[in-house]
Amino acid sequence: MSVRNTEKLCLAHFWVAFAAFVIAAILGVYQMWVRSPLGAKVGSPSLYFLSVTAHGTAMAYVLTTFFIMGFGYFVAVSALDRPLPGRVWAWLAYWLALVGVITATVTVLAGRASVLFTFYPPLTGSPFYYIGLVLVVVGSWVWCGIMIAAMTAWKRENPGVPVPLAMFATVANAVLWLWTTVGVAVELLFQVIPSAFGWTQTVDVGFSRTLFSWTLHAIVYFWLIPAYIAFYTMVPRAAGGRLYSDTMGRLTFILFLLYSLPVGMHHLFMDPEHGNGLKFIQMLLTVFVSVPTLLTIFTITASLEIAGRLRGGRGWFGWIAALPWERPMVLAVGLAFVMLGFGGFGGLINMSYGMNAMIHNTSWVTAHFHLIFGGSVVIMYFAIAYQIWPQLTGREHASLRPLRLQLWLWFIGMMVMTLPWHYLGLQGQWRRVANFDYTNPIIASWGPWVVVSLIGGIILLASALLFARNLIVLHRSAAVASIRPLFALAVHPPERVPAALNGFGLWNALVLILMIGAYAYPIAQFFITPSPSAMVHRMD
Amino acid sequence: MAEDPHAYGERRILRTELRWASLVALLVVAIVGIVFYTAVSLGMNPPSNVERIDPKTLHLDGEFAEHNLGTTVTPQGGVVARIVATQFEFLPRCIPVPSDTRVTLRFSSPDVIHGILVTGTNVNTMVIPGYVAQVHTVFKKTGDLLMPCHEYCGLGHSEMWATVQVVPQNEFKPGSDGRYVCAQH
Repeated sequence: MSVRNTEKLCLAHFWVAFAAFVIAAILGVYQMWVRSPLGAKVGSPSLYFLSVTAHGTAMAYVLTTFFIMGFGYFVAVSALDRPLPGRVWAWLAYWLALVGVITATVTVLAGRASVLFTFYPPLTGSPFYYIGLVLVVVGSWVWCGIMIAAMTAWKRENPGVPVPLAMFATVANAVLWLWTTVGVAVELLFQVIPSAFGWTQTVDVGFSRTLFSWTLHAIVYFWLIPAYIAFYTMVPRAAGGRLYSDTMGRLTFILFLLYSLPVGMHHLFMDPEHGNGLKFIQMLLTVFVSVPTLLTIFTITASLEIAGRLRGGRGWFGWIAALPWERPMVLAVGLAFVMLGFGGFGGLINMSYGMNAMIHNTSWVTAHFHLIFGGSVVIMYFAIAYQIWPQLTGREHASLRPLRLQLWLWFIGMMVMTLPWHYLGLQGQWRRVANFDYTNPIIASWGPWVVVSLIGGIILLASALLFARNLIVLHRSAAVASIRPLFALAVHPPERVPAALNGFGLWNALVLILMIGAYAYPIAQFFITPSPSAMVHRMD
Repeated sequence: MAEDPHAYGERRILRTELRWASLVALLVVAIVGIVFYTAVSLGMNPPSNVERIDPKTLHLDGEFAEHNLGTTVTPQGGVVARIVATQFEFLPRCIPVPSDTRVTLRFSSPDVIHGILVTGTNVNTMVIPGYVAQVHTVFKKTGDLLMPCHEYCGLGHSEMWATVQVVPQNEFKPGSDGRYVCAQH
């Protein structure tokens, strides 16, 4: 298995992703400090909201998109063991997306787009912020095309052979992303950008919220799928075992494609522009999103049990102790599952239609997505980087100890930060506030927990810096990497799989049907009974 | 048992997975069942009245004109409070309501998206320009509750909050001008 001269391409993507990540981690600590009783007198709202916009944009759009693209190219050459088709296109997409990042960043830093990364109209910033985001998305669309082309070419060369699971999942993510971006692309191109340029003076706010909701949930699964690819293909190998079931892996990624899309309106439970019936339907579909995750927990735990028993673990729990926890990938999956457990529980409250009123737009929600995405998903990004960096650089980690320390710090920091946020959310601490008035007795009682969460944030920043240091040290390491297989075999490697589990034609048709069922009327109602539109409010 | 993974047949593995999947299915059915039951029997639904109003003319006349804002008691004895959420304040800034009484809160925005929650209660809604957001509730405890704007609405967002003053039923009385206002303390 080789990476076939894509080292530079992959590393270029990863370094943009992780540079954005480190900067965003610093901003995150600044934000927590000025919100806490300790920093109540410093900062200003304009600086705070500039920082929040930059933090959200860097973490949610830059870290994710660039990491996913780089990882996708890596999987396409290593799992398929063939050259990457359209390398020139891949580099063009990279530069296009990078120009987009720079355009958006400069606009935000100039204070011309403090609209936060969700940019809800009619608040409107400079058009260059949105154009920057569009360029990133267009770059990622090119990536989607290359992923699909790579799988198609491989299938032509290997008729009847199952596509390796890592690549099957990567293409599932590419297909998911093409569907996901439709909503926000329509919102940006037809509503937000025209009003940012001043071509339109009013905007239908309910419609824009509905289009954004189309993207808002599935995008999280776009970010999450690389972590699941690691769960299914890298973790069993790193643990010294085999994947329990290849079929369940394929089913899981198909279920993600189906059920992460027609559920976005659960973000609009508290909105007045949709009726209860529509909200209830999407709530029902949302419950099914828990299915692929629960199947994954079972399959991966079974795979780890196989590894533990092969290593001599006995009894009900002895196999857990027998696992090679000193390996970063194994440690990361253990920590990721704990965070997934807490985060998943919080998510069940969010999606529960009635109960959501208790915590909507409170710190509970911030805690939920930091724990699931920042916790479970990003810790797997770290583990993936540690695992594949030796193949990209030809150098080996001199010691695994600082790697493990970094993963532990990330886990501890995330728990210390988000558990108080959950509590504060239940107390009614609301989101997106530059500073709290700690002279108010209700708010004063929150103070100590805000300080605890700030300590968690500082631990996270230490971990982020250590992560960058570990990679930089590796680039200079003297130890030469030995090429080891990366992707796990299944207990029973599939020789033939049904066409439905080897491609996405059928599933695209099903997504279309589900999306028509879930979104046709919610969108059509804005044309059947047009709502009074709101004046555009410019921030720049 | 699991010592030798090769002893498993793929069929047997899938049977085990299916057994787990049926547990997952039970869990999903249970969650949906509880949500459905509470929605129907307790009326626990999100605020979804889908009532349109023009944000550009909101302040000129009609329900959200200035003289109609604040707490009112309908001829049928219901308590309704009408509140405008605007950059960066609520009108009025303090909303008096009686305890242990069904209260309807109605919000609208003339400018951008806002949202509200009332601390210590389940009162929560987005306020989207173009719509009236409506929440029904019963306040059980008396005292001053915080009602902040919980959606980012611009640089002054952090300063945007109001007070819900819950008073005992027998103290909930209009002033000499017939209007309900908060007691100063």
